[in-house]
Amino acid sequence: MRVPISWLREFAPIPESVGARDLSARLIAAGLEVETVDVVGSGTQGPVVVGRVEHIEELTEFKKPIRFCRLSVGSAHGHPDTPGLREIICGAANFVVGDLVVVALPGATLPGGFEITSRKTYGRTSDGMICAERELGLGDDGSGIMVLPAGSAQPGDDALALLGIGEEVLDIAVTPDRGYALSIRGVAREAATAYDVPFSDPGLELPDLPPPAQEVLPHEGTSADPSACDLFTLRTITGFNPHASTPVWMRRRLIAGGMRSVNLAVDVTNYVMLECGQPLHAFDLDSLRGPVVARRANPGEELETLDHVARTLDPDDVVISDDTGAIGLAGTMGGLTSEIRDDSVNIALEAAHFDARSVARMSRRHKLSSEASRRFERGVDRMVAPIASARATALLLELGGGVYQGMTGFESASPVPTIEISATLPGDVAGMPISADTVVEKLREVGCDVARADGRLSVTAPSWRPDLTDPYDLVEEVVRLVGYDHIPSVLPIVPPHEGWSDERRLTRRVGLAMAGAGFAEVPAYPFIGADDLDALQLPDSDPRRATVRLANPLSDAAPLLRTTLLPGLIATAKRNLSRGAAGLALFEVGSVFLAAGAARAVRPDVNRAPSSEELAALDALLPQQPQHLAVLLAGERAPDGFWGQAHDYGWADAVNAARISARCIQASIRVERGGDPVFHPGRCARLIVAGAAIGSAGELHPRVIEAYGLPARTCAMELDLGALIAAASGITPAPVIGTMPVAKEDIALIVPSDVPVASLRDVLLAAGGELLESVRLFDEYSGAQIEPGKRSVAFSLRFRAPDRTLTAEEVAAARQAAVAAAEAEFGATLRG
Amino acid sequence: MSAPNSSYDPVAPSALDEAAVRAATETAEAAIAAAADLEQLKAVRIEHAGDRSPLALANREIGSLAPAARAEAGKRVGAARGRVKQALASRQHELEKERDERVLLEETVDVTMDYDRDPVGGRHPLTTIQERMADIFVSMGYDVVDGPEVESEWHNFDALNLGPDHPARSMQDTFFVESPDSGVVLRTHTSPVQIRTMLTQQPPIHMVAPGRVFRTDELDATHTPVFSQIEGLAVDRGITMAHLKGTLDHFAEQLFGEGLVTRLRPSYFPFTEPSAELDLQCFVCRGSSVGDPDHPCRTCSSEGWIEWGGCGMVNPRVLRACGIDPDEYSGFAFGMGLERTLMFRHGITDMRDMVEGDVRFTVPFGLEL
Repeated sequence: MRVPISWLREFAPIPESVGARDLSARLIAAGLEVETVDVVGSGTQGPVVVGRVEHIEELTEFKKPIRFCRLSVGSAHGHPDTPGLREIICGAANFVVGDLVVVALPGATLPGGFEITSRKTYGRTSDGMICAERELGLGDDGSGIMVLPAGSAQPGDDALALLGIGEEVLDIAVTPDRGYALSIRGVAREAATAYDVPFSDPGLELPDLPPPAQEVLPHEGTSADPSACDLFTLRTITGFNPHASTPVWMRRRLIAGGMRSVNLAVDVTNYVMLECGQPLHAFDLDSLRGPVVARRANPGEELETLDHVARTLDPDDVVISDDTGAIGLAGTMGGLTSEIRDDSVNIALEAAHFDARSVARMSRRHKLSSEASRRFERGVDRMVAPIASARATALLLELGGGVYQGMTGFESASPVPTIEISATLPGDVAGMPISADTVVEKLREVGCDVARADGRLSVTAPSWRPDLTDPYDLVEEVVRLVGYDHIPSVLPIVPPHEGWSDERRLTRRVGLAMAGAGFAEVPAYPFIGADDLDALQLPDSDPRRATVRLANPLSDAAPLLRTTLLPGLIATAKRNLSRGAAGLALFEVGSVFLAAGAARAVRPDVNRAPSSEELAALDALLPQQPQHLAVLLAGERAPDGFWGQAHDYGWADAVNAARISARCIQASIRVERGGDPVFHPGRCARLIVAGAAIGSAGELHPRVIEAYGLPARTCAMELDLGALIAAASGITPAPVIGTMPVAKEDIALIVPSDVPVASLRDVLLAAGGELLESVRLFDEYSGAQIEPGKRSVAFSLRFRAPDRTLTAEEVAAARQAAVAAAEAEFGATLRG
Repeated sequence: MSAPNSSYDPVAPSALDEAAVRAATETAEAAIAAAADLEQLKAVRIEHAGDRSPLALANREIGSLAPAARAEAGKRVGAARGRVKQALASRQHELEKERDERVLLEETVDVTMDYDRDPVGGRHPLTTIQERMADIFVSMGYDVVDGPEVESEWHNFDALNLGPDHPARSMQDTFFVESPDSGVVLRTHTSPVQIRTMLTQQPPIHMVAPGRVFRTDELDATHTPVFSQIEGLAVDRGITMAHLKGTLDHFAEQLFGEGLVTRLRPSYFPFTEPSAELDLQCFVCRGSSVGDPDHPCRTCSSEGWIEWGGCGMVNPRVLRACGIDPDEYSGFAFGMGLERTLMFRHGITDMRDMVEGDVRFTVPFGLEL
């Protein structure tokens, strides 16, 4: 809502000494969010004067029509050689001799730092500029130059003052509860309260109108559905002069208020809407066929609205209709057939009160938001329609002539609820003492009727505050008018709680460990495309294809929610590589979304807690949303340096990433050969926790690498972090530290190539008994001297007893037991 | 010259006379002093202190002396040998020290050389700011709670007093899960976590819920469709706006510095009543830039205050929808954007830096903020 301060002062006589900054601060403190203070025509500086076109010479020798004009600009502003006159080149043609226009003279500056000088152009000397609204910074109308109404000024008058250039305008972002603040009236009430000055309410008393002439019957208007429209008025005006122009003062305020000047009839409806907050609609009376009726739309009914969109209506829509059918979307937008035209002499003026919810639904359904719908869905004063309509009628008669023929209408009584509230509630909620007298005073400032009995107040909200329905609504009114700044700052006493959940605490631990191990965290958007699922080589049966689809994605290329973190990491990796990164170790912790089966939407009543069945039904709508951890590794792991040669990340780094994440939270993870289709079939690890596979690690499949254009041998790891955290051990028992000497033995075993080291080590450890402290792989070899299909794996064994130095015989026996088990289990032989 | 035969020549051996002993001692001392390195000193030791050295030989002669002369000769030779031994030890020590210094000098490296062999990681500031904020509330006794990112419309809207026709519902540009009447959305705020908490816990409730939220804004320098918030909720008997203010003041101080305060401005949110916008006193200029064009403040645009979030008293309708009796309990709630907090706390000027995942952005933030 744009509020010219001079308009505000018309109803709230704020002291002249109050500047825009102070006014903004007071209104903000009262809850009106003043976003900026704009200056009308900011950047325009004089001399800019009114000129009268005296002579026009059409220049035809150029590519476009050009006019060389002579204008009267007043005795003080003429050219020295031509007293009172200026000669100016102009490219517009929307004016005739005798018109009053706005002339920027040499020395003037227009918005954008455009300085006006006397200059040679089109073979003539142009001694100034004839201005369009846009050129003066008055709006976006650049279709032609600005022609002022005849008689509205004299040549030589200061156009800046006439057009209100330099006036300050408050731009207020109105919250959805404050429909009344979408009017000068509403903002002026708040300003008057803030400065404690009397408020003259333009929406309270019916302006004087001549008695209906009754030369013709006023056109009939009514409502057929009180649930959609509980108040409908239609005033009839005949003999209106369609060529009467909008006076400059009104045009000035409309433009400052952010609207365009169209024609007098439309301008008057808009002016009154800005002033009173009541949307009005002017029909071309002669286009109407039969009574004008507000009603719900019929199934399949159609309407072409003013924006030239043909709309099929919903039976929930509220329409204005006549005998021909719907002629407008109630409180939203008029229809084309009955639109007021530039030659309309007979006018039917509608002012009505439409149901806020119905308008909101209609506006959303048709994706159509208008000045009217924004007001109705936020709540319009139910009592103001006849007053606003009378105000508009008076203006139309005054400015455009015409004869008032009377009003028809409909009104259904709606009871005004009384809100019962304890006088102590506002203070109790605010946490500071607020006396009952203050509570009553503040509520009356808002416009409430307050009846007081002991400590109880019976409050009736004013018609312009339909948002005040609950005791807490009244609390807010009282507390904001007392001032939020007066609320003390008190720390509450908080009873003990659990603090971090285990899941959160351990997720944090994993993030720290990954970052400490050299991985950079890079959160990505969760949106992916079907292309990603194909590029990842996922077969149709892969659970990662069970995606959740968005109805309104930002990009049609990425309408799915991710089922894996890899596409995001891959895109991030590519971005980093394109920006020159030589090596990357990325990680992300985030949700993936696995589609659930279809469930029927439920919507429990919000006036009570939902039942457990209802809650279960709500949760059944949602996909599974496990937290995953994923890493992506590409390129150089270590660069060349004095320590040695560069080397790249490899599959082992990816598997190790899983181990790092598990180790830091004391979860036990087991690595097996895996077959995840995203990964290289020979270089993929399956990650097992508590007997269940929770993820994969290794080198990406060459086809994945090719599809994404990644560096060769890019590696990755992804696991279900929730499952890993669930396997974190609770209380770790302390290890027993042996202080007796250790005995070391190395063995090399020749085994079939497909025997995994992990299995071999498990067998050695089990068979080596209690004396075998640890088994560590230190070499792997296949090739010459080893039979094809086999390989040599070498382990360091460490033996120790808790209570004595082991004898050579004891060590040999344990070592032999381990080797024998490997032989029995895998056909391993000791390498000589 | 052959050594005297003491058996047959019982004369006072010349090697034991005072002049000879002095001469041998001085020769030895000179040789020791002249030894340039440990090798030479080793040879000198053999020559002047070894078994065949003049003083060793002289010592052997003592037995041939008359008993009366033995004591004096023994004393003389012993003293001389002691001097040589000491000279040797001292020279040995000197030369070892010289050698050690030389070797260590030779082993000198340039310790200023770059060592960037190991990759350096880091955590994203959006993660660490969440934890930092949550830590502050945990220290006040709060729980840290999570909720789903894909959420039912009932939790995201209806239960928060945002009925199907509420105008505020269209303010929030919502991602809907197909189909549009699925009743499922990407949560537009972290407030549904309030609902989930109140449905499963009885008051007193004190919790914060940091997390990702979604709105259909295109990515630009100041908007992103995926962003983060932290939500706070307290429900107990007798909770007031003064408690809300006290909690936010404490939070602001902990996060931005001592003595900072917050400001509440009346506003509107469907789920709170009364509602307020939350402003933070500018932690850079603390308001000194207001009306001082010579010292403008970039952080607060010389406003003195920074818009930080929204807050208010939990609307009794919300309590009722969660089965909490608003006549017995009251509560406050607040929420703020984490991207915005990071932007002004760390001087980040472009939202895209937080979104694109450039490691050069992540790594400098380290592991904690």
